[in-house]
Amino acid sequence: MALIETDQLEKKYEVGDSVVHALDKVSLQISSGEFVAVMGPSGSGKSTFMNVIGCLDEPTAGRYLLDGIDVSQMGRDALAEIRNEKIGFVFQGFNLLARTTALENVEVPLLYSKSHPKDHKDKAREALKLLGLEGRQQHHPNQLSGGQQQRVAIARALVNNAPLLLADEPTGNLDTKTSIEIMKLFVRINEEKKMTIVLVTHEPDISTFSKRIIRFLDGKIVSDQENRP
Amino acid sequence: MINLPSTFKISIRALRVNKMRSALTMLGIIIGVAAVITMLAVGKGASNKISEQIATVGSNLIIVIPGSTTSSGIRLGSGSSQNLTIADAEAIKSECSSVATTAPVLNGSAQIVYGNQNWSTSVMGTDDGMLEVRDWPLASGRNFYEQDLRGAAKVCLLGQTVVDNLFGNDDPLNKSIRIKKVPFTVIGILESKGQSFMGQDQDDIIYVPVNTAQRNLFGRHFPGTVRSIMVKARSSEDLNRAETQIRQLLRQRHRIGPNQEEDFTVRNLTQMMQMAEQSSSVMALLLAAIAGVSLLVGGIGIMNIMLVSVTERTHEIGIRMAVGAKSWDIRTQFIIEALILSLIGGLIGVLLGILAAELLSFLAGWTILISSVSIVMSFGFSGLVGIFFGFYPAYKASLMNPIDALRHE
Repeated sequence: MALIETDQLEKKYEVGDSVVHALDKVSLQISSGEFVAVMGPSGSGKSTFMNVIGCLDEPTAGRYLLDGIDVSQMGRDALAEIRNEKIGFVFQGFNLLARTTALENVEVPLLYSKSHPKDHKDKAREALKLLGLEGRQQHHPNQLSGGQQQRVAIARALVNNAPLLLADEPTGNLDTKTSIEIMKLFVRINEEKKMTIVLVTHEPDISTFSKRIIRFLDGKIVSDQENRP
Repeated sequence: MINLPSTFKISIRALRVNKMRSALTMLGIIIGVAAVITMLAVGKGASNKISEQIATVGSNLIIVIPGSTTSSGIRLGSGSSQNLTIADAEAIKSECSSVATTAPVLNGSAQIVYGNQNWSTSVMGTDDGMLEVRDWPLASGRNFYEQDLRGAAKVCLLGQTVVDNLFGNDDPLNKSIRIKKVPFTVIGILESKGQSFMGQDQDDIIYVPVNTAQRNLFGRHFPGTVRSIMVKARSSEDLNRAETQIRQLLRQRHRIGPNQEEDFTVRNLTQMMQMAEQSSSVMALLLAAIAGVSLLVGGIGIMNIMLVSVTERTHEIGIRMAVGAKSWDIRTQFIIEALILSLIGGLIGVLLGILAAELLSFLAGWTILISSVSIVMSFGFSGLVGIFFGFYPAYKASLMNPIDALRHE
């Protein structure tokens, strides 16, 4: 079953007099359990694609079904609920709350979910443990290394048991060794938890960890192929 | 649905991060609330003191005085004519339905002597209604009897100041004193009333039967006339009706035609004093209103800081939105922050206001009255200020675009 299904997805920006097609009639399907890398040079539309897929941005035209739900016409609050239940985000800049402990950072999505407040701490602890951070629960982001911060962010993405994990250049701020560690984590999450992962990157080395590579150029998909090691 | 305890926790943490800023923001509310409480306490205290003084004069009081006379073309002032009589007083008491009782007044100043002590005081000829009119109980002894009044007995009631000055430690009851060299027997002692509304010593007085005063002390050209008549209405609602009834009755008794000027004046004493009381409570309200303005300014301070805070935390708002915070969640978070600021400020302000009021009463000796209403009101108002001035910044935060907010550093 397709977790992500887009049909003629369009996103236009008006810059002065000219219209920029950030997404130009993009149609694709991503099945449950896939590990997809989205590649392309900057300005190719891969980030816009990511934002639309992540329900952070609304398409100008076209249809987008996430887990069988048409989300292309939803309002702000309905989208917020979809993001909370269906999607975990991992960003290039980690995007953790400053002056807030790792445990509380992981808890944030739960605050806005329907889960019972009593279970929040346990769920957050469990997610941190899965990423090998049980000893770092009370540390603030500025007391953690880049790799550790990104792992806290991944724990936050996992805590709600969302079916989809979206990662936007997750290794962009990390050194090569740490990048490989993080990518191995993604592979493990994909294999063990059967979580669908869509990862945006411009580094070919990083994309090799995925099973499918989609390339964007000028808002269009130019290639979509399986990645065999 | 959001859970409030965790939102509360988030807000508390955000406020603690900027301790100094939060404290300064609160200061506006603290000063505002404290000022409202203190001003209301002082104002209420003052108007309360006035009401107490009014009560010592006697409640529901009306005074009737003679009009002016013209003698050889010279118009004398109000009260100069001698046309109010003891009979007028009796008639008012028996015929006006809204009148509880009356007391005639024929007064003057006299030198009094007891043993080797002497004292000059105000002597008032009146009848047994006076004590009721003035709400003035006896400390000991008895009121005038009917036969004292009719027979012009030489008996008197003494005010506390007179007792203190003449008798020292002696018991004055049944002792004989001389007023203008006429011997009188003391039959009663009045309770102490203290200063009047105008600052006079109300206890420096002697009451004698009105007939005695007329015959033996202050002889008049026209027997039976008095200087004024004091009237007590049945209730404060009856005051105006009593006034009309007295006016009608006296016009009739004095044979004054419909177009003729009255030869007497009816004054509603209580109303006059109530006006003084009213003006003092208006003053209190005015003071509180000025203090309220400073509370409002405090609220604007909260709004200012909340706007800064929202801008500063755009990135945080973006993160929260990305992981599923709805507009309502973000709005609630910032409103709760503003509310915490204003309520804690309000609480400290209440305590500080009470302290300041108590200090004023202790150091400056002012009468204060801290009412629970003023505390609840100013505390509640500070909460409203928080919600009102927190709403716009919170609303602004909740409408942010998550992508732009996330990019904001």
